[in-house]
Amino acid sequence: MSAVTGAIFASGFFSSEAVRVAVVVGGVVAIVSGSVGVFTVMRGQSFAGEALGDIGTTGGSGAFLAGVGPLWGIVAIDVVAAAVMELIGIQRPRGRDLATGIVLGAALGLAALLLYLESTYRNTTGAAVTILFGSVFAIAASTIPVVALLGVAALAIVAALYRPLLLSSVSTEMAAARGIPVRVVGALYLLALALAVALAAMTIGTILSTALLIGPAATALRLTRRPGLAIVVAGMIGVAAMWLGVLLAYDSFYWPPHGTGWPVSFFVVMLIFFVYLLSGLCSRAS
Amino acid sequence: MSARPEILSVQRISVRLAGREVLREVDFAIAPGELTGLIGSNGAGKTTLFRVILGLQPTSAGRVLLEGRARSHRNPQVGYVPQKFLLDPDMPLRARDLVSLGIDAHRLGIARPSRARRALVQEMLDAVGAGDFAEQRVGHLSGGEQQRVLIAHALVGRPKLLLLDEPLANLDLRAGQEVVALLARIARELGVAVLISAHEMNPLLPVMDRIVYLAGGRAVSGTTEQVVRADVLSELYGSHVDVLNVHGRVLVVAGAGDDADRSGAHGPDGWVGQHGHDVVLPGPEVGP
Repeated sequence: MSAVTGAIFASGFFSSEAVRVAVVVGGVVAIVSGSVGVFTVMRGQSFAGEALGDIGTTGGSGAFLAGVGPLWGIVAIDVVAAAVMELIGIQRPRGRDLATGIVLGAALGLAALLLYLESTYRNTTGAAVTILFGSVFAIAASTIPVVALLGVAALAIVAALYRPLLLSSVSTEMAAARGIPVRVVGALYLLALALAVALAAMTIGTILSTALLIGPAATALRLTRRPGLAIVVAGMIGVAAMWLGVLLAYDSFYWPPHGTGWPVSFFVVMLIFFVYLLSGLCSRAS
Repeated sequence: MSARPEILSVQRISVRLAGREVLREVDFAIAPGELTGLIGSNGAGKTTLFRVILGLQPTSAGRVLLEGRARSHRNPQVGYVPQKFLLDPDMPLRARDLVSLGIDAHRLGIARPSRARRALVQEMLDAVGAGDFAEQRVGHLSGGEQQRVLIAHALVGRPKLLLLDEPLANLDLRAGQEVVALLARIARELGVAVLISAHEMNPLLPVMDRIVYLAGGRAVSGTTEQVVRADVLSELYGSHVDVLNVHGRVLVVAGAGDDADRSGAHGPDGWVGQHGHDVVLPGPEVGP
């Protein structure tokens, strides 16, 4: 028995502080991303989700330059970016991609400058890679309360708005006809999206955060016919991919060539990708 | 007509959009249990009029009364089925879920499942003949099936007025006839006032109690016998039109020698019927 567990969990897995933080933070982030992501896919706002992730690069690199934790920078820039997208007109179907693209371009231009300044003056090697692709094992245990707080905030928005948000995702006309303030609901949802993406960006990297947001949600949409169940399934797929990714990354340290662990983000994103492909086969068969 | 109990009263409504007068002094009323057709060509202002009734479109003049009172912002007494409902087939939403949202989608939080709630949803699904596909994704249903589910969604809140924007568009003949029969039953049996917009009146003629005919932003209303007449519609269009009764179908056509201004909001529908089916007119022959 212990031989089996020993083969699966490399030595020191359960006693490692970094692993424990990764499991907790990764679990919270995956649940939040999955729940929020179901609505992102239903509302056709995947591009906004992707853009908010990318924009996090600007906040993350700014935070590095200022010497504070990257999460603060990412959350701040994403909330501001979501507000600007809202103002430019993300809620008009035709203005949607435009608003997202314009804000994305401006933010990434700023990120180019910040990352340049960082590598020139502060010489923090690997900052860019850490921000873009994440490093779950480098998260400080002190971030856990903040992650939990932001995660609960995003989930609370989605839970509170559940019915109006669901109907306006089905049809804005039907929602508006019932007296639902569609614009306010959309704006609050965008705030939840910004928080969820910021958390995912800090965990698996700004440009990979979409995978955690969209992948489990899109898979869940294929597997279930009910909106509430889709949220639960998306959260479960996200958590499973995240935890298995952490385990594989930890174990990969002992894989040949010895002594160089593979990045967690790689495993998480690949697992999500394969589960999505697999779900396509399942839903086609049924 | 003054004795009719009115559920909806549209009083001299005018609407300007981008400087253009889309509706001009539109005036009509609807009583409980009546099925009314809002007939007009594309661009005649049907959707705008619905948006006014729903309180989503400000007016430049006139007012809308529901049960004699000014319409409040949230009006659960109005059910609405929008035009061109296209749902992604991957949307995780069963027919049952969409009907359930009709009960209280405006409320915050997540609905508590209860036996009463399930029974109400089931009753509505059965009432519109959607029981057989209640468990399927709405996006996978046919156009006619989706219409039934949308009607159930709109009805489950027990509205007194039901608005349907072009419910027959994109439906084949048989599905269209079934939806019309269902709507007539809803009006008669539940006493709901039903207002249906359509660019073609023929499918509605067998069941329509009253007609609101919209052209060029202006409207005439009354029974079909009162409205669908050459003199009445000629005055509405501002040019001579003929109303022909061909094999029981009514055709509104531009009069001979009057070939100008045939298209657009000011023109008559032209040869409207493309379905090639006959609908028997109720009562005496319509027309001059």
